[in-house]
Amino acid sequence: MTSITPLNKSSKQSVSSFSEPPHKEEHADHRLFGLIAFLVADGMTFAGFFAAYLTFKAVNPLLPDAVYELELPLPTLNTILLLISSATFHRAGQALSQTKAKECQKWLLITAGLGFAFLASQMFEYFTLPFGLTDNLYASTFYALTGFHGLHVTLGALMILIIWWQARSPNGRITNENKFPLEAVELYWHFVDGIWVILFIILYLL
Amino acid sequence: MTISIPPSTKNKPERLQPTGWLRYFSFSLDHKVIGIQYLVCGFIFYLIGGALASAIRIELTSPVSDFMARDVYNQVLTLHGTIMIFLWIVPVVNGAFGNYLIPFYVGARDMAFPRLNAVAFWLIPPAGLMLISSYFINGAAQSGWTAYPPLSISTPAAGQIIWIISVLLLGGSSIFGGINFIATILKLRRPGLQLMQLPMYCWAMLGTSILVVLSTPVLAGTLILLSFDIVAHTGFFNPTLGGNVIVYQHLFWFYSHPAVYIMVLPAFGLVSEILPVHSRKPLFGYTTMVYSIMAIVVLGLMVWAHHMFTSGTPPWMRLFFTIATAFIAVPTGIKFFNWVATLWGGRISLNTAILFSCGFIINFVLGGITGVALAQVPFDVHVHDTYFVVAHFHYIVYGGSVFVIFSSIYHWYPKFTGRLLDEKIGRLHFAITFIGFNLCFAPQHWLGLNGMPRRVAEYDPQFTFVNQLSSVGALLMALSTLPFLWNIFYSAFKGPISGDNPWQALTPEWLTSSPPPVENWIGEAPLVTKPYGYGQNAGGEPQSTSEGET
Repeated sequence: MTSITPLNKSSKQSVSSFSEPPHKEEHADHRLFGLIAFLVADGMTFAGFFAAYLTFKAVNPLLPDAVYELELPLPTLNTILLLISSATFHRAGQALSQTKAKECQKWLLITAGLGFAFLASQMFEYFTLPFGLTDNLYASTFYALTGFHGLHVTLGALMILIIWWQARSPNGRITNENKFPLEAVELYWHFVDGIWVILFIILYLL
Repeated sequence: MTISIPPSTKNKPERLQPTGWLRYFSFSLDHKVIGIQYLVCGFIFYLIGGALASAIRIELTSPVSDFMARDVYNQVLTLHGTIMIFLWIVPVVNGAFGNYLIPFYVGARDMAFPRLNAVAFWLIPPAGLMLISSYFINGAAQSGWTAYPPLSISTPAAGQIIWIISVLLLGGSSIFGGINFIATILKLRRPGLQLMQLPMYCWAMLGTSILVVLSTPVLAGTLILLSFDIVAHTGFFNPTLGGNVIVYQHLFWFYSHPAVYIMVLPAFGLVSEILPVHSRKPLFGYTTMVYSIMAIVVLGLMVWAHHMFTSGTPPWMRLFFTIATAFIAVPTGIKFFNWVATLWGGRISLNTAILFSCGFIINFVLGGITGVALAQVPFDVHVHDTYFVVAHFHYIVYGGSVFVIFSSIYHWYPKFTGRLLDEKIGRLHFAITFIGFNLCFAPQHWLGLNGMPRRVAEYDPQFTFVNQLSSVGALLMALSTLPFLWNIFYSAFKGPISGDNPWQALTPEWLTSSPPPVENWIGEAPLVTKPYGYGQNAGGEPQSTSEGET
């Protein structure tokens, strides 16, 4: 074999072999595994932020004139909203396995609604807090952590709306046979929810 | 080949893929094309980073900053470090050889996520171009590849922000690649192939990918916080605003110490593939090799603060990280002895591939010994931030990883192209590289022990001669790329035809044509349960016992 021409030949050969269907050996779906690995990576980003915050807390005293106070009621409400949304998403998945498309859509819409309610409530908290992003170290860390988490919630809520849209039409793309998109977003949503619980404990309760 | 796209759309993307050399410039999904893309792209960045290194060594031939202004020197050394780590070694030892070899080794026709794979590669060229172009726009970053605040906050912002964005893109690429390797190795194995039958490079890539997935996101988060400090004037790492620079160092080294293993573990794996083939012996101590890789992964995540012994770390922390670092020398030493034992008594064909591998073993021992020395607090405190450290890590990343990259290119070039590289030019390349490398970096140990600080364009005139000696070595290293480039280009067209398996190797990538067809095997993938079974069926060969001795 010579170098350049066989490259062409071999690739042409197999391009033509793609049009025939010889490779029926579909292997199992590993996308969920890949997603879990991605969520581990994403979780490590949060772990880095948490570690930074806890170290700041242990080592760096609040500067004398700095304002950093958090109220509990609103974030508690937020926690409840997210926990309920995890449950409603679970219901949506159950409905899909029972091929109840309408019910699945209903639960998805409720979940997205809870997600957006969380974001609105978070926004309200941002606007009523007595400190801004650059006021002091703790204020910056607070906004960085909740903001990064809020970004995750925003992406998640948008993805829920997308799969709701895809499950909507009668021969929609998301069915009991093709439920990976729903499973993936559900796993992601539970992950974001879990991160919030840790964040709530570290940021508000400790 | 994609995984679960419905059949109707399945043929479409592949038919649109260009063939011939054009596919190397396309969004190809073929793991072999992507591997070559990583390799060639990485090598181009190696040439750029090498040119920057030459500029540094030219500057350092005289004790005053006459060749470059001081801030230009800072930009050049920052770009040199960043390019060599993030655009050359990490993409090549992981992305290039990983993509090319791992699907063969697990008996698959492609990686687990081919599209993600292509995305991971195509993040690299824009990130690299952006990083280099920052020099021409408003000056590149000046704070070294570590970007320690407060320096990185107080130097010009534009270059530093571009640096952060490119490193974030490269980190993303690395994470996508890591996820893909983990899924491919764990999930895509051919039926009947056990984990403990995989070639060693799979284990090295599995360990590396775990490190990538666990530690790279922490760097990404840290750099996002740093960019807030630069752009929005928050005070995470700014002491004047109540922030804490040490937290940055902890988070940074939580990635960047594992990054050393991300650069060197795959090199360990590649050497473990090359040595048995050319010494015709089974890899010595397969099982211990696997366990030491995994031990390095675990310990590698727990030693980061040995980079921070002069950052006011409390005594208990110094003690812990000194001991943990000393422990990591144990699995590394096991691997070293395994390689030597693999060579021992073998029928070694002294070709360029094994010369570079042996060069790696020698350099790596030197770099490893200085590494153990640096982990000891009383010693480290004296040589911290001196040329001793520069010499140490160049022995690891150049004498280690880059020697292995060259060794691997000589070993797998017939697989890539179907032609052999010229051995005479190859040996010349090795000789110049080995002499040049040691001449360049061995004297730097002395410079560091005598107190010459790193990252400074000017130095005490008493160091002039030794610096010039080092620069002569750097010149040799620069020259060594010329025979290599000639060899690569000439042999691609005029080199002798290699045949499918010129080394009589037993690992699965050689059990197909060279270069391989698009889906790796025309028929069924072969089941290779003894990738290192050299000399075992030949009868009466004395070297066939080593596998049981672990």
